[in-house]
Amino acid sequence: MIRFIDVQKEYDNGTKALKGVSVRIDDGEFVFLVGPSGSGKSTLIKLITAEIAPTEGRVMVNGFNLNNITPRQVPQMRRTLGVIFQDFRLIEKKSVYDNLAFAMRAIGASNRELRRRIPYVLQLVGLDQKGDRFPGQLSGGEQQRVAIARALVNNPSMIIADEPTGNLDPQRSLEIMMLLERINELGTTVLVVTHEKNLVNRFNKRVVTIENGRLISDETGGYYNVEKV
Amino acid sequence: MSRKFNTGYYVSEGVHSIFTHGFMSFAAVCMIVACLIIMGSFTLLAANLDNTLGDLESENEMLVYIDDALTQDQARMLQPTLAQVDNVSQLTFVTKENALADYKAKHNDNIAVLEDLPNEALRDRYRVHVYDIERMADTQAALEQVPGVAWVRAAIEIADGFVMVRNIATGVAMVLIGILLIISLFIIANTIKLATFYRREEIAIMKMCGATDGFIEWPFVVEGILLGLTGALIAFFAQWGLYQMVAKFAIQGNGLSLVNMISYSSMATTILAVFCGVGVFIGVVGSLFAIRKFLQV
Repeated sequence: MIRFIDVQKEYDNGTKALKGVSVRIDDGEFVFLVGPSGSGKSTLIKLITAEIAPTEGRVMVNGFNLNNITPRQVPQMRRTLGVIFQDFRLIEKKSVYDNLAFAMRAIGASNRELRRRIPYVLQLVGLDQKGDRFPGQLSGGEQQRVAIARALVNNPSMIIADEPTGNLDPQRSLEIMMLLERINELGTTVLVVTHEKNLVNRFNKRVVTIENGRLISDETGGYYNVEKV
Repeated sequence: MSRKFNTGYYVSEGVHSIFTHGFMSFAAVCMIVACLIIMGSFTLLAANLDNTLGDLESENEMLVYIDDALTQDQARMLQPTLAQVDNVSQLTFVTKENALADYKAKHNDNIAVLEDLPNEALRDRYRVHVYDIERMADTQAALEQVPGVAWVRAAIEIADGFVMVRNIATGVAMVLIGILLIISLFIIANTIKLATFYRREEIAIMKMCGATDGFIEWPFVVEGILLGLTGALIAFFAQWGLYQMVAKFAIQGNGLSLVNMISYSSMATTILAVFCGVGVFIGVVGSLFAIRKFLQV
């Protein structure tokens, strides 16, 4: 669960990125976070992943109070999250299998756990035949599937996807979004940051709109309303 | 999932990284070798200087002249009293006859003049060596207080000169070693920082997956240890060759045997241990210093 209570974030250069945002995302939800560039979406994601701390207000993520989280607790909190980036951020010199193994080893998983978990996750994202390929040998859509698999492999309770379809064509974007929807149906909370109006409107999910550092709408079954933004 | 200290993983990642970033590893090892050899050369120079000064110091004796009123037997009986004086390490009694014979032997080109000298021309005396050359003046004063001692001749200025040269040499060596150590750390840190820079994306991914700083640092620590040990071993043998070469030149060009060089093999274990220690220290501290910036995610 994510809970923001009247959160403000002001950077050292004086930029006020968030101005009193309050929002709650419960376990098992699928939420789109939309808004124009510079609206504060990235700041909100960075606050969730504890890359930055709020200036004011409270941030709770999966039972961790990020206002007074200790440096030792940050890795524990991040293990409850799976993060997907627009540019995939795969390690080019490692195979698909090794990219996933790398993420599992980062939290101390044994080789036995790797052998059990990775084939299952690759099958889930439809890449069970491509474990030995390298990222450069895959299409953009497939690379994003690997990134999703890597985010899922440590069995997080929440997936945060930051513009996951930004580098993909409409067909591949739709496939990725359907995959995320399926993952959500399996019980994982999904938060998708996107600009893709058509995708947002097609999936009929909860849409949180942020603009100029303020939350301007939060509608379940909502639409990405261009006029509103 | 099990959370154990995965030594095998850290070692394999550390070794893998050395070969993956082969050129950077080569550069880091070269820097460690260069720094260790420079530091080692200064240290060996200081050690040899210290050794040579020690030899010269031990040859720097005092002469304790005995009162003419004492017979030779009475003069000999002073030996236990003189030996009890603080800082006295060695005493040798020299009769006036022997002293004169030595004197004539040293000045045999003026033998005609010396032939007429009576035995009584010189005094009975003790040759005295001390443990600590720095306390020579105090020892001289103490010896002069012993009843039966006429006076004591001590080359205090020469002793002070030795002490000053030794102190300056030790001080300069320590300062140079300290400066070189800092420079080495800086160079190694920057070398490894370049290697780390190529891996910043991997580190960022690990951090996002929930890896602890320790988990990320350990492969770099292993890498630093291996680079340090490799550099130390190469530097040890290179230093050996260099030292033998310098020793050969020193012996050839040293007709007076003023410089008595310590053999490398007698110091080999210590040098190897110090090189390995310093190499590992430079490698590990350099690695941790280099990676610190990339852990701020």
